[in-house]
Amino acid sequence: MDDLGELYQQVILDHNRRPRHFGKLTAPSRSAEGHNPICGDHITVYVRTDGDQIAEVSFEGSGCAISRASASLMTQAVSGKPAQEAEKLFRDFQAMVTGDPAVATGAREVERLGKLAALAGVRAFPSRIKCATLAWHALHAALSEAGSVSTE
Amino acid sequence: MTPLNAETLLAAPAANRFDVARVREDFPILQRLVNGRPLVYLDNAATSQKPRTVIEALNRYYSMENANVHRGVHYLSEQATAAYERARRRVQRFLHARDSSEIIFVRGTTEAINLVANTYGRSRVRPGDEIVVSAMEHPSYIVPWQMLCEAQGGRLRVIPMNDAGDLLLDEYERLLNPRVRLVAVTHVSNALGTMNPVKEMIAVAHARGIPVLLDGAQAAPHREVDVQALDCDFYTFSGHKTFGPTGIGILYGKAALLEEMPPFQGGGDMIRSVTFERTEYAPIPAKFEAGTPSIADAIGLEAAIDYLERLDRPLMEAHEAELLRHATEALAPIPGLRMIGAAREKTGLVSFVLDGIHAHDVGTIADRDGIALRAGHHCAQPVMERFGVPATARASFAFYNTHEEIDALVAAVHRARQIFG
Repeated sequence: MDDLGELYQQVILDHNRRPRHFGKLTAPSRSAEGHNPICGDHITVYVRTDGDQIAEVSFEGSGCAISRASASLMTQAVSGKPAQEAEKLFRDFQAMVTGDPAVATGAREVERLGKLAALAGVRAFPSRIKCATLAWHALHAALSEAGSVSTE
Repeated sequence: MTPLNAETLLAAPAANRFDVARVREDFPILQRLVNGRPLVYLDNAATSQKPRTVIEALNRYYSMENANVHRGVHYLSEQATAAYERARRRVQRFLHARDSSEIIFVRGTTEAINLVANTYGRSRVRPGDEIVVSAMEHPSYIVPWQMLCEAQGGRLRVIPMNDAGDLLLDEYERLLNPRVRLVAVTHVSNALGTMNPVKEMIAVAHARGIPVLLDGAQAAPHREVDVQALDCDFYTFSGHKTFGPTGIGILYGKAALLEEMPPFQGGGDMIRSVTFERTEYAPIPAKFEAGTPSIADAIGLEAAIDYLERLDRPLMEAHEAELLRHATEALAPIPGLRMIGAAREKTGLVSFVLDGIHAHDVGTIADRDGIALRAGHHCAQPVMERFGVPATARASFAFYNTHEEIDALVAAVHRARQIFG
């Protein structure tokens, strides 16, 4: 498979076309906006926490296939998880897409990232890393109640 | 001083058409590969590529001629000063300005606009006064006026446009009330390619005694500009979009206006005499050129203009129009593709969106084929909002682009559709 095939895997295309947990939560306890001013990607992540747990998470907004699919996959990955675990996942995910060799090539790490590993192809496209991490930055801002983030 | 590639430029073309293949040989970067494919550079509205003569002019200046201007009595300083002032006269002829003192060297269009906003604007705009801009302005054309209005208590008014991307001239006329101190519009839109009827717009403003500033960043590389025929009060363009170096741009202003305006930045070169009590400013253009200017880049711009003017302009414009026609005809029928901007008169630029495929993804897919496109809101968020799209893919052409490159763009769009099924 060539670079483009690695990037636009079926799982990415599917989540882009039919994003999961798309739309506003009815009663979010927190939310944060993520904005990528270079390409105009703009999303909002909504979280309903239950104690330390992420009980529910959703997102809305517009963006490229990578940012949408990444947001969608993220909502699946962090639903029902403790906030701390979501933050850990964010760090691992970031290391994977930025090509940190300790993470990127470790099969065990990819295994732990689960479906998120579908975004590993972003490594070959430095200009797209911000797209892949936008939702995660917004989630992080929501969890730390920062309000809004920009990837610039 | 600027050697021309005589073989390339003066040779008569085989037929009565623009000889793209020969022109391309003058641009070293066009020979390189990107992602293993020949570079297809379709991002000329962001910046243009440089002919060898420009690169050589910079190299020669730094290798042989470098010295500060307007200072020393030594040989090199005199040479550098002469070269710098010769470049100014070259720009004067390029814009058909009346006098070379009306040509101010700045860093680029953005700085030129900030200069006018901070000098002309600050001295003329009072609370309740208005500045008129258009709905298709680049942010560098909106923000300085917003800052000015905020500082002076003025108001920014916007000329609306229709769905094709043409300004509504009736609305424009209605905006021109006695509170308007300046009309600041783009000559050619960077997002839509619209060529505005600026001559007509200037006449309408002048009938009411309102001066006009034109942003020529996207016009100067493609059309002959005659500031006296247009009768504009200010005109700006950037060297780097006009096949010259970065770091140099031009503000043209009518001498009477420039002379009245307070200086922009303070520093060396812009003073006649200075004591701790008072400074007497230098006459124009020096009044607006504080500090050591971008000497090499001014000389590089001269080389770019020399290059551009050695081309057969009518054939060049016809070639660019053909590229636009080809791109429009090949892209428009693609299912799910929507062209953004269909103005009556356009320069070589196509902006488009694809159903279900974000511009950023189109950009990445094209890049794998070595095609440089702009994907995003092109520093024109208000324009994107007007058309209800978050971002577009934009291909902008220069005279060195070919029909094969348009075919490559079309193929990349088909590839994107294939990937996204």
